[in-house]
Amino acid sequence: MSGVAARTAERTYAAVMNVPERPMRWAQARLGTGRLAWLFVAPNLAIFGIFTFLPIAINFVYAFTGGPELMPADRAVIGLANLRELLSCSNYLNPNTCTRDIFWDGVWNTLRFVVLQVGLMILFSLITALVLNRKVIGRGFFRAAFFYPVLLSPVVVALIWKWILQRYGVLNAVATDVGLHPVDWLLNGSSAFSWTVFVSIWAHMGFYTLILLAGLQAIPADIYEAAAMDAAPPWRTFRRITLPLLMPSMLVVLVLGLIRAVQIFDEVYVLTGGGPGTATTYLVQFIYQTGFAAQVREYGLAAAASLLLAGVLLVLTLVQLRATRGSR
Amino acid sequence: MRSMGVAAALVAAISLAPAAQAAVQLRITCYSDGNECPITKELAARFTQQNPDIQIEIDEVPYSAILQSLPVQLASGNGPDIARVTLFGSVQRYMLDLRPYLKDADQWEANFGPELEWMRSGPNDHGIYGLMTQLTVTSPFVDKTLFDQANVPLPGPKATWDDWAAAVAKVAKATNTPFGMAWDRSGHRFAGPAISYGAKYLSPDGKPAVIDDGFKAMASRWVKWNQDGTADKSIWAAQASGYGDAFADFQNAKIVLYLSGSWQLNRMVKQIGDSFDWEVVPNPCGPTTCTGMPGGAAFVAFKETKHPAEVARFLDWMEQPAIYTEFMAKTLNIPASAAVRKAGVNYDLPSAGKAAMQALLQNADSLAPLAYKLQGYHYNATIFNATADRLSQVIAGDMTLDQAYQRITEDINQALAAAK
Amino acid sequence: MTSAAQLLTARRGRFRADWTDWVSYAYLILGVIVMFGPVLWLFASSFKSEAGLNQFPPTLLPWQPTQVQVAGQPAPLPLVRVLTGAHAGEELAEVRRIGLIAQLVDPRTPNQVIRLRADAIKPVMQVRAAWDNYTGLFSKFNFLRYLFNSVFITVVATLITLLINSMAAFALSKYRFRGRDGVFLLMIATLMIPPTIILVPNFLIASALGLVNSLWGVILPGVATPTGVFLLRQYMLTLPDDLIEAARMDNASEWRIYWRIVLPLSAPALAVLAIFSVMWRWNEFLWPLIVLTRNEHFTLPLALYSFQGELTTSWNYILSMTVITLLPVTIIFILLQRRITQGIASAGVK
Repeated sequence: MSGVAARTAERTYAAVMNVPERPMRWAQARLGTGRLAWLFVAPNLAIFGIFTFLPIAINFVYAFTGGPELMPADRAVIGLANLRELLSCSNYLNPNTCTRDIFWDGVWNTLRFVVLQVGLMILFSLITALVLNRKVIGRGFFRAAFFYPVLLSPVVVALIWKWILQRYGVLNAVATDVGLHPVDWLLNGSSAFSWTVFVSIWAHMGFYTLILLAGLQAIPADIYEAAAMDAAPPWRTFRRITLPLLMPSMLVVLVLGLIRAVQIFDEVYVLTGGGPGTATTYLVQFIYQTGFAAQVREYGLAAAASLLLAGVLLVLTLVQLRATRGSR
Repeated sequence: MRSMGVAAALVAAISLAPAAQAAVQLRITCYSDGNECPITKELAARFTQQNPDIQIEIDEVPYSAILQSLPVQLASGNGPDIARVTLFGSVQRYMLDLRPYLKDADQWEANFGPELEWMRSGPNDHGIYGLMTQLTVTSPFVDKTLFDQANVPLPGPKATWDDWAAAVAKVAKATNTPFGMAWDRSGHRFAGPAISYGAKYLSPDGKPAVIDDGFKAMASRWVKWNQDGTADKSIWAAQASGYGDAFADFQNAKIVLYLSGSWQLNRMVKQIGDSFDWEVVPNPCGPTTCTGMPGGAAFVAFKETKHPAEVARFLDWMEQPAIYTEFMAKTLNIPASAAVRKAGVNYDLPSAGKAAMQALLQNADSLAPLAYKLQGYHYNATIFNATADRLSQVIAGDMTLDQAYQRITEDINQALAAAK
Repeated sequence: MTSAAQLLTARRGRFRADWTDWVSYAYLILGVIVMFGPVLWLFASSFKSEAGLNQFPPTLLPWQPTQVQVAGQPAPLPLVRVLTGAHAGEELAEVRRIGLIAQLVDPRTPNQVIRLRADAIKPVMQVRAAWDNYTGLFSKFNFLRYLFNSVFITVVATLITLLINSMAAFALSKYRFRGRDGVFLLMIATLMIPPTIILVPNFLIASALGLVNSLWGVILPGVATPTGVFLLRQYMLTLPDDLIEAARMDNASEWRIYWRIVLPLSAPALAVLAIFSVMWRWNEFLWPLIVLTRNEHFTLPLALYSFQGELTTSWNYILSMTVITLLPVTIIFILLQRRITQGIASAGVK
């Protein structure tokens, strides 16, 4: 930035920030430094309160009421009926035996998706981080290349891949060039499922790669030199030294990745619409369809399903945190 | 003297200044199939010129916003004065009865009779809730060039869907076309052939009774055609829910017959043009009848509007035969107004398009009464979605036909129970 | 050290060209192709005409039928090359096609009609970008207004986000107060709520507050990001406390400490949050779609999406719209990627 621009920016910044100086000093005198902290947190907390916690509370109201009305005050209380309807199955492993078969399709599909996607994504992120950790020419460029898809909106991501994977798309063009038959990639259940896993990894792994890379670079060099001097075999060095020191970063990646994977919706919805059949219908899509897209919106059912989802996520996260704390 | 002159000038200026009139502002939420919203804007500007006390603002939104955001906005009191809507059931309870405000309600009744039923809440409701901006009719488009190349004659006007399926399969084989036909992924599209094969959809008291012999007859055929390659199964099976159209298939000559509707005419003319010969054929028959499904979007007014009289004035103006005809001509739509249909509209179309429009008008005139009734049933979207979603699952191999029949009935019952 | 060991434990060390290096570079280059390739393909496709898009196999460059103006014809006609027969090799203009027969004229002798079978001719293609995929977007509506709305929302929301998130992060990292950990956990817990389910309640609240149809209704609900607080807090935890203590001893108010010391020192993390915020706000679609009903308040993504009517899907506009939507983010990325990647790295470590 040029000198003049920098100085004007600095001056405006100082001018603006000086405005609350007086009232804040006054507040500090009245509340003391300790309680002043609440004032700092207040704006953020207020927005959270109004636009996140309050809606969650309203969501609870929806979950335990029924009827087509939008206004919570107009709805009839039905207690656990929504939850009971969601959870009624003669055989939990076979969605076809459930009252709400799409919900259970969503549950099992999401489970498979999460295990596969998070597992593979961490694996590839780790490999990429390890490779990037070496002395490579143009490391900044490669690092940026892996990160770019993270910045794209999920709708853009889905449209790009939908365009590539369609029957008359470029992937099939390449396939015919090498002599294979063009495939309807998104028309076969397991193939479509695999592609949703792939696209999701494509769109997000860059972010986790960076975290792991930073974790690797934080490991002091002398530890490796010590291991080298002890003539330790490389695999053991990796397992005994690198991996444990990388654990905190791995944990961050695992928790964040899991939370995101369980809530998968936008890119899949645009890519496959949940099809073929219900092969790629995940939980949040069920919630969206029931609460928004159906002609008769069942707000109560959608809210109840979202409660179940949040509950599962909470349990998972706590379990992870507990597990890693125990291993320390 | 001078001060008198100044005073006189002031008085003149004040008296010549327009009286401070608060112009009424009307908001219309509109979506376009082709160019309906821009044309409406043009016409609205002309209306304001003739009626300076009413200003009209048109908000063009995607169709999904009409389906999803509009009901929520209306429920919370934030809706527009008028909206262009297709699924009247979702917003019926918010609609305004225009009858008291219209200049000549009987004329509306005469011109739009059957379609007015669609917007009413029940048989005892005689309100007039909106102006139909189009009448759409589902119809098959066929690639005549492929028929010529295969040397197969087009089935006649009384041919059944079985005849057509056999014919297009033959043509596809002879010309190396991947598939014989494709239908848009929509239970509404399916309903036409189903009714032709005897499906009744509704019981005599107006409640849904979807699974009957006629429905099963067409459902089993449709699934079979998808599975044996007569139809392109990727259109239906590729999605779990939602709409999908097969225009690209038809444009690329990957299918011989495309069951879609009159709203595609604009696209056919502009994008296919004369790259191959295409025609609209009469809706194929079944043992019961030969019909498609009607449809169409209307400008409906809402109760919460602060200016019901002005809303009615605008819609009355649009309904005039001269304006309505111009609207139809510019948007290439079939008029819903019986008077305009009788007088005929002069569309600016090339000859292929003109022939197609004739065929579409004929199909519109031969719709079965049951089709009209089904289009007017408030929860028909539930029926259509259940049909499309569950049959897609059968085509994709997720369940059997019998399971699908059961699920369709359950889906509809669940939705109706939740709607109480 | 063996080369395998180098792979697993490498640091900035000596450069030795062995097989692990080749494998590494191959992997990285493959990664670049897989990551950038699809976007470049999108970009290339966005310049094709709708007919061109429907061609299979697809070509890299946008090919369109060449058109030629012939005297006596109102519109330009497509140029075709004759493959077989008496006129083989000639380039004629196609007037119309009826069934399997095409009517052609030589542009030099426009009055003489030649009739040939449709399979004896082939269109003459040329590479021409279909700019009207883009200009069509602009000419159809008031692009500048929507651009202004998008920019306004993005800039204002980002500034507010930076301010209140850093204030909260400051408090959560540099102070001890009862309930501190609880507040922090509460904020993180909100990450687990899929945004879909709070859409409708949020709309009810926004409408009760009179925020519907206002740009502020789009800005306000999303400014308190848990990710932002998390990121900034992690970074601020690493700032040495002695600077703050020293300032306190100089009788500086806490507010002054905040904006004079802590904020400037947190610049890397703030930059990362700013970039994320710009990205989130620019790409926002579903919430603005619900909360904005008046045309003049539409953001660019909303306005661009308004092409899709009930029953049609036109890829050419979808593609160009997608390119425009990812352009700002891409530009910022190109200019600031080093900052972003460094920032995330440092936040992730701590």
